[in-house]
Amino acid sequence: MRFRLEARERPSRSLVYGTPVLAVALTMACGSVLFAALGHNPLAVLHAFFIQPIDSLYGLAELTVKATPLVLCAVGLALGFRANIWNIGAEGQLTLGAIAGGGLALWAGDDAGPWLLWAMMAAGLLGGGLWAAIPAYLKTRFNANEILTSLMLTYVAILLLSYLVHGPWKDPDGYSFPQTRMFADGGMLPVLLSGTRLHLGAPIALLAALAGWFVMSRMFIGFQIKVVGLTPAAAGFAGFSVRRLTWITLLAGGAMAGLAGLFEVAGPIGQLLPSISPGYGFTAIIVAFLGRLHPLGILIAGLFIALSYLGGETVQITLGLPLAVSGVFQGMLLFFLLAADVLVRYRPRWTTTTTAGAAVAGEAD
Amino acid sequence: MKTLGLKPLMGWLGAAALALALNAGTALADPTKVGFVYVGPIGDHGWTYRHDIGRKAIEKAFGAKVKTTFVESVKEGADAERVIRKLASTGHKLIFTTSFGYMNPTVKVAKSFPDVRFEHATGYKQAGNVSTYMARFYEGRHIAGLIAGKMTKSNVIGYIGSFPIPEVVRGINAFTLALRQVNPKATVKVVWVNTWYDPGKEGAAAKALIDQGADVILQHTDSPAPVQAAQERGVWAVGQASDMTHFGPKSHLTAIVDVWDGYYVDRTRAVMDGNWKSGDTWGGLKDGMLAMAPYNPALPADVLAMAKQAEADIMSGKVHPFQGPIRDQAGKEKVPAGKSLDDGALLSMNWYVEGVQGKLPK
Repeated sequence: MRFRLEARERPSRSLVYGTPVLAVALTMACGSVLFAALGHNPLAVLHAFFIQPIDSLYGLAELTVKATPLVLCAVGLALGFRANIWNIGAEGQLTLGAIAGGGLALWAGDDAGPWLLWAMMAAGLLGGGLWAAIPAYLKTRFNANEILTSLMLTYVAILLLSYLVHGPWKDPDGYSFPQTRMFADGGMLPVLLSGTRLHLGAPIALLAALAGWFVMSRMFIGFQIKVVGLTPAAAGFAGFSVRRLTWITLLAGGAMAGLAGLFEVAGPIGQLLPSISPGYGFTAIIVAFLGRLHPLGILIAGLFIALSYLGGETVQITLGLPLAVSGVFQGMLLFFLLAADVLVRYRPRWTTTTTAGAAVAGEAD
Repeated sequence: MKTLGLKPLMGWLGAAALALALNAGTALADPTKVGFVYVGPIGDHGWTYRHDIGRKAIEKAFGAKVKTTFVESVKEGADAERVIRKLASTGHKLIFTTSFGYMNPTVKVAKSFPDVRFEHATGYKQAGNVSTYMARFYEGRHIAGLIAGKMTKSNVIGYIGSFPIPEVVRGINAFTLALRQVNPKATVKVVWVNTWYDPGKEGAAAKALIDQGADVILQHTDSPAPVQAAQERGVWAVGQASDMTHFGPKSHLTAIVDVWDGYYVDRTRAVMDGNWKSGDTWGGLKDGMLAMAPYNPALPADVLAMAKQAEADIMSGKVHPFQGPIRDQAGKEKVPAGKSLDDGALLSMNWYVEGVQGKLPK
């Protein structure tokens, strides 16, 4: 008897949707063993992890606040990933969006009109888009690998922000600490639900996901993106310009990351700081793949990852479980999710034959 | 049951009353909950580790009468407010937020929880229920400067800075003033690593400084990498935040150790006794908010005596690390003889004293 994986003729449709459920179930099971081994009631931990953070209106609002930048970045990134354009620098584009939009808020000061917020959003889009235009130019002009250029520009962006808040934009009344003034009220996103931090960014992220779905499934450009990603040769024969798609996907991804950055500083933060994001631009890559590069899947994945962060905090506070434990739990979840993915394309088989040619996963691929 | 007799009703009422009384009883005995927000993982050295030692001191002092909670690795930014609010809304009566970047979120959450007391480390915004606290680490830098001035042979000191904020600049200046008081020929080279904790960057900075001739390495960052690099290359080092002797027993001259235990216990007691008041605490050696780690046994007797004397003199107030005359890098007199810098000037310090090389990033 041998166990082997056999390639399916075509990916299993039911398992595409089934594996996430399977992965969650496996995580729950293994997590329960882990929690029990640590002397906690597994049900209580799971409740604290998944239910408690969102058992109130405030909790739900926090979930969307946390998911907003993840969804915005991931929807933009997925456009490029579908076309095999690997923008890894969303974190930098997010930072530039925050700098551009936040800079405008600081410049406008206290008595700007209602135009300010719209101008800030435009600046955020523009800042992120322009930052992504650099890898786009380098890719189309010199064929420079966008993975490297976009990633390295992230560090440039973070250092630029650091320079600004340590230097020219430093709060004059801030005892030389690296931070800008707080934005005036006119430069802050309106709170949609009083008593929470739910801001205008959340519905816009939702709209962005819907727009992403519309572009990918209903517009010609979405079709082109898919063709380029799946079969570049066919795209070439069809006369689709890879060059044009490189520009479009990088600019769109950058602009959306930039908008996410602007929402962070004009929403929950309210000023520019040396660090404005706990790595949303990088986490968004995970979110994009977890959501299967589908805008609506990304919406769910973004909320789910956000919940896992909130849950990690809650079990620390209510049960005193160390952060490392929730880290292990999150890691297990991602591991099972990716591992279960193999079932989408391969079928497990028990065979009695022991021929030398017995296929292993790698060969069958 | 057709009729409701009086007897069972009385019984229920009695049970209800008993339950209420029991509830009240447990309410009285409920431990005081104290929450901590940490910027990094606890680990076994450094800034967050020392705050956690302070948390344990509270548990030790009050036993079952307190319950402490902590949240590790909370990023400064949008996440901090959620964590602080969560602590405040889950019955914590006293919350310590232990990094500068938590200042605005702390003040914001404090507004919606007037009954909860907040303690913010290293910040400058107070409110009716928000205190700030900080230690005068520059006093330790003064002692480190005296020792370095005696121990250096190359007269070049390497200093690894995190961010050019007043706290770090103040440390560099206090160190340099003391250094040149005992060794006027010595100078200080500063490398900024733009991080509080990054063993790779800190180690590389230490090696670069050693290559440039530094034979004593100071750090205002949290990882033990500089001490380890110094040990490897056979030069001296001064540790940060906690005793780092075990990372480089030969190189480790001493360390400036953060000691929050006493303050944390006092503030918790004040909340329990109901006499907590908002304030701004900036405690030094004499308040026990910092201490010098055990001095390296290799220190010559006269250097050891000088260090101990300096500790005593700072505690008694005889010595102030920022006593005039103090000149800036351009040689211009900033503080005349007989005067010393006041706290306001110390808190917003953004210039180098004479003897520091390079330009302060602005």
